[in-house]
Amino acid sequence: MEGERSGPVQPVLIGDTHRLVAADVGVARSRTMTTHTLSEATSRAVVSAAGIEVSPYVTAPDAAAAVEAAAELDRPLVAKLCGDSIAHKSERGLVRLDLASDEALERATNELVAAARPEDGEVELLLSTMVAGRRELIAGLTHDPQFGMTVMLGVGGVLAEAIADVSFRLAPITAVDAHEMIDELDTQRLLGPFRGEPAVDRRAVAAVLVGLSDLAAGDPAIVSVDLNPLVIVDGRPVAVDALVERTGARP
Amino acid sequence: MTTDLSPLFEPRGVVVAGASSHPGKFGFVSLHNILACGYEGDVFALGREAGEVLGVQVLDSADQIPEGRADLVFVCTPPSANEALIREVAARGVRAVFMAAGGYSEAGADGRAAEDDLVALCDELGLILAGPNGQGVVSPPVDLCAQIVAPYPPRGAIAIASQSGNFVSSFQNYATQTGIGVSRAVSAGNAAQLGIVDYLDWFAQDPQTAVSLIYVEGIEDGRQFYERAAAVARVKPIVVLKGGASTGGQRAAASHTGALATDDAVFDGMCRQAGLVRARNVEDAFEAAASFATQPLPAGNRVAVLTSVGGWGVLTADAMAGTTLDLVELPSELRAELDAKLPPRWSRNNPIDMAGGETRDTIPEVLELIAAHPDIDSVIFLGLGIQSNTAALMRSGPFYPDHGIERIVDFHERQDARYATTAAEVSERHGKPILVATELAVAAPDNAGVVATRRSGRLCYAAADRAVRALDAMSRYATFRQRRGL
Repeated sequence: MEGERSGPVQPVLIGDTHRLVAADVGVARSRTMTTHTLSEATSRAVVSAAGIEVSPYVTAPDAAAAVEAAAELDRPLVAKLCGDSIAHKSERGLVRLDLASDEALERATNELVAAARPEDGEVELLLSTMVAGRRELIAGLTHDPQFGMTVMLGVGGVLAEAIADVSFRLAPITAVDAHEMIDELDTQRLLGPFRGEPAVDRRAVAAVLVGLSDLAAGDPAIVSVDLNPLVIVDGRPVAVDALVERTGARP
Repeated sequence: MTTDLSPLFEPRGVVVAGASSHPGKFGFVSLHNILACGYEGDVFALGREAGEVLGVQVLDSADQIPEGRADLVFVCTPPSANEALIREVAARGVRAVFMAAGGYSEAGADGRAAEDDLVALCDELGLILAGPNGQGVVSPPVDLCAQIVAPYPPRGAIAIASQSGNFVSSFQNYATQTGIGVSRAVSAGNAAQLGIVDYLDWFAQDPQTAVSLIYVEGIEDGRQFYERAAAVARVKPIVVLKGGASTGGQRAAASHTGALATDDAVFDGMCRQAGLVRARNVEDAFEAAASFATQPLPAGNRVAVLTSVGGWGVLTADAMAGTTLDLVELPSELRAELDAKLPPRWSRNNPIDMAGGETRDTIPEVLELIAAHPDIDSVIFLGLGIQSNTAALMRSGPFYPDHGIERIVDFHERQDARYATTAAEVSERHGKPILVATELAVAAPDNAGVVATRRSGRLCYAAADRAVRALDAMSRYATFRQRRGL
C-alpha cells in the first residue's frame, strides 16, 4: 500500500516556512527555529545519497513528460505533485494511486498539475512504482530540545502516531545501537515471517538507521527527516516517501 | 575532568554554620546528626548564640577555627549572611560547601541572582558547592551524617545522588530496612554548581562505591549528561529513576518523527544507549541498585527458578515474560542429576518445583547443582523461611518448649539459615547471581531465613516479580557491556 502523510502534525505556517516552537517542560526552556522542508523529490535524493533505498521514481514537469519519463518504471504507479512548499500532500489530495495505464497516468497527472496553487511556487510531478508490502515502519531524525539530534524507528508507517511503538537514540548511533532499537520494539511479531512475506531483514533496517545518523552527522542543517512509510518489501525496508527539513528560511 | 569531591564526602572536619540551640532548627538537627552518628573528625559550630549546643562550643567567628582542621561547611544561614561566611571559612581551609539553606533560585528572581553570586564566589575561592536548598550529605565510610533529615543508613556500596532530597531519604529508608547499605548519599538541591553527573563522575572512581543510584527530573544539558553518564556506565552500573516521565508530551513539529518524540521516549532511548538502567519506581530502583551492589553480574540471561511450591514458580515464570530473561529448558544431564536428589513428582523442568520433597540436604545440594551448570547464568530461589515460619508459631504457642517442640524449632531455624548462607556462598563460588525471594522479608523480618540472608550481605527480595525485575536490570546491563566488548 502506498502511504502518505496525514494526521495531527500541525506546524504553524509563517510565509512558506515552518516556525517551530519546541517547549521543554522539564527545564522550562523554549527554543524557536525557522526551518524549511525540501520537496519529496529533493528529499528522496538526499536520503538515497545516504544509502537508503527508496521506491523507484522519476520526476517530470508536466503530464506529457510524465508518461514518457515513467515508461521504464514497473507499474502500478503513484503520482504526486511535489514542491518545496508542499510538505503534506495527501491532506491536499495531491496523490493518485494505482495508475496502471498511460491513459490513467496522463489523466491523473493533468489533474495534479491543475490542482497546484500559486503559493506552491515551483512544482513538479513525482512518479513512483507502488511497491508491495503489508508491513510499514517509520524511521527518521528529529532534533530534541534537550538532547539534540535523535534517530527514531517506529512501527506503523501512517499509523505510527496511533500505535506509538517507537525507539529513539541520540545521533550518532552505532550498528549495535541500531539493532537494539529494532529489538526493543514491542511489536516483534510483525518483524518475523508474516502472511507469506519473509522476516524483516534486521541488518537492512539497521543500515537505514545508521544511514540516517550519518546523514545528520554530515549535514548539521538537518532538523528532521521522515521516512514514512518505510514499506517492508520482500523483507527489505524501502522508503516510499521522504521529507527532509533543514534550518533557515527557504532559499 | 572529574571534580575531587573528597572534601565533601571525606572531610577532615566539619563546620556547622548557623548552629542553634533550638532543636527544631536546621542548625541544631544537622549538628545533632553529625555528632550522633559517630563522625570522628572535628566538629565546629558557628552561630550567634554564646555557649554550647550539644556539648560543642558555639564560635561567633570563623577565625576561631584552627587552620586546616575542617574541609566542609554545612550552611544553615540565609543567603544574605553567606558571602562573608564562605570567605571566612575558606580562609581557614574549608574546601567544600554544603548549602542546606534555601532562598536561592527556588525562591524567584532575587534568589536566582543570589545563587549566581554564590556559584561565582565558590568558583573564585576554588570551593566545591553542593546545593543550595539540599537536605544533606551522608558518607557512612567516615561515619558522616550531615543532613537535616533521616535516616542514617548502614555502610554499603550504593552511592546516591538525587535532585530531590526526599528521594535520598526514601532510598536510605530501604537501605536501613534491608541492610543493603550506602557508600555516599547527597541531595543535589538546586545543583547550582555540582550537578548529578559531577557526582556520578566521582562515584565512578570511588573505591567504596559499586553502583550509583540517581533520581533526576530536569536535565539542563542533555548532551553533556548523556556523554558523561555513558562514560561512567562503562565503569560502574547506574540505576536511574526519572520524575516527570508523563509530562512533556508530543511537541508541535513539522515531522511525524518529531511528533513521536515525547520527552520520555527520547530519555528512555538515551538511557539504553548510555547503558543506564532505568527503573520504574522507588522500590525497583533501590532493589536494582542493591542487586548490583551485592550480587555478581550474570554472564547471560538464562535463569533457573528453584521453588518448593509450584504456584510461586508459575507466577515467577509469568513475571519473566516481557523481560530479557530466559527461563531455559533444563539441560538433560542436569535433569538427570536432579532426578537423583528429588522425589519422582518434581516438575522435571524449569521452574524446578521440588514439590515439597526436600529432605535435610536437598536445597543446598540442588542449589549447588544448578549454579554449577554452565548453561545456567542465574538462579531465583523461592521458599526460604517456610520452616522457620512454622517454627515461629510453635515457639510462641503455649506448648513450647515441651513435647519436642524446642528441638524441631531449632532444627527448622538452622535449616533456613543454612539455605540462606548456602545461597550466598554458592553464588560467590560460581560468580552467578542467586536471588532469594519471599514475602517473609517484610511479613516476618525476624524469620531465621530472612535474617540469615541479610547477614550474608544479600537482599532478601520481598516478592518473586521484584527479584525478576532486579535480575532483568542486571542482565540488561551485562548484555549492554558484552555487546560493546566491555
